[in-house]
Amino acid sequence: MGYKVRIRVENVDFYYGCVQALKNINMNIFSNQVTAIIGPSGCGKSTFIRLLNRMNELIVNSTVAGNIYLDGEDIFDSRIDPVDIRRRIGMVFQKPNPFPKSIFENISYGLEVNGIKDKYYVEERVVSSLKKAALWDEVKDRLKESALKLSGGQQQRLCIARCLAVEPEVILFDEPCASLDPISTAKIEELILELKKSYTIVIVTHNMQQAARVSDRTAFFLLGELIEIGETHSIFTAPKDKKTEAYITGRFG
Amino acid sequence: MRKDITQKIGFSFLFICMAITMLFLVGVILFVTSKGLKVITWEFLTQAPRNAMTAGGVAPAIVGTFYLTLIAILFALPLGLACAIYLCEYSPKGAIVNILRISINNLAGIPSVVFGLFGLAVFVKFFKFGVSMLSGGLSLGILVLPLIISASQEALQAVPHSIREASLALGATKWQTIKKVVLPSALPGIITGVILSIGRVAGETAPILFTAAAFYLKGFPKSIFSEVMALPYHIYALMTEGAHPDKQTAIAYGCSLILLLLVLSVSFVAIVIRQKQRSKCYGL
Repeated sequence: MGYKVRIRVENVDFYYGCVQALKNINMNIFSNQVTAIIGPSGCGKSTFIRLLNRMNELIVNSTVAGNIYLDGEDIFDSRIDPVDIRRRIGMVFQKPNPFPKSIFENISYGLEVNGIKDKYYVEERVVSSLKKAALWDEVKDRLKESALKLSGGQQQRLCIARCLAVEPEVILFDEPCASLDPISTAKIEELILELKKSYTIVIVTHNMQQAARVSDRTAFFLLGELIEIGETHSIFTAPKDKKTEAYITGRFG
Repeated sequence: MRKDITQKIGFSFLFICMAITMLFLVGVILFVTSKGLKVITWEFLTQAPRNAMTAGGVAPAIVGTFYLTLIAILFALPLGLACAIYLCEYSPKGAIVNILRISINNLAGIPSVVFGLFGLAVFVKFFKFGVSMLSGGLSLGILVLPLIISASQEALQAVPHSIREASLALGATKWQTIKKVVLPSALPGIITGVILSIGRVAGETAPILFTAAAFYLKGFPKSIFSEVMALPYHIYALMTEGAHPDKQTAIAYGCSLILLLLVLSVSFVAIVIRQKQRSKCYGL
């Protein structure tokens, strides 16, 4: 395989209090690929990707064991600042969550908090991020309007643009289309396929067709365990594990 | 009974309650306006009282109330807001914080005269600010602290978790998130707390009774260490002292009307700021 390992996950366990949410997860995530995480509700897939950008630490009483390496660097190393990890690994959430600010400010915010002050540069990045997120044509005349006036699908693309503006290396999508209609969903999927040319992408999805459409590799999670991971094509046509087969053929989930 | 009839009875009951409330509210405003308007003249607004409070104006009291309110808010808003931010965003969740919250809410229930006594002991005597605008303003500030804290806390808690996460996920620190995302979103709610506080502070008599208020002053306060006249206290004085109850009562209504207008106009400014912030955030 000609792809480089971007993220290496080794023996990861995760606990909410004393409930174990992830059990001994091992996997590689390759650059310039879309890795889909599928599995029934409560299987730990959201927990898993929120571990990758150290968002789970914000939950009190949670503990993690094992290692996650980003480009060979242990992200849980005490010398590493979680804030820096979160800049390098962007995240798009399940529900569009634009800031109650203008469209422009939504995008420029990430630059501002990362210490970029040059006005022209910020403007340029706002425009290019909106273009990359395929939103520019729809909002170019209303950058000063509140982002909350946009439709759900537009808001989600704004959130993607906001994420792109800080130039992350990896983008995590946590069920990005869960609250969108089919047309908006199609736009987001198209965008994901476009983005994988320059980014490493991980997407959690409930929708197996979506996983089949957008991803190169698929990981199937069940009850906190990684059951199977492989080329999306082979996972969907010839799963090795019976549980994977049962899930993708719709026998439970 | 049929469902729609029950519903109608329910709605009628609610309507009647609302109407009674409005009746009192409009009644107070009309009553004070009709009685107060008679004595309000340019002289009333710009002059000091004369002839044992039976003539002249109440300008020193207007200015005094304005300054006292200003000091109280300038003191209580930053302190209360900082306290609310700490309690909401930083403090570890647990029993101690819950006790703190309950105590703050209970503080709101303490009779205002107690704050007056506290102000006398602490600001007037201990810090040696004397009977002054500063002592009175600070006493009033402490009085509204719980109000400002609980309004700010509610406003902060109402900011959705999702946008905090969005900010953190972009590589913002917690402090940046609070400063640039949470606070601006919570501002309209915080301002509502300030508006309520202004009304409360401007109208209080007891906390300034021993700490700031003067019965009669010829001119305006010269510094924050001067004694001041204040509208609520002036009303109290007019109604309880003096030898000309008729004239004094009329002036007291005039003072009430001005107090009402003062609170309304200051609140109006706050409401305009709140509206601006809301439309900036939510595009309403």
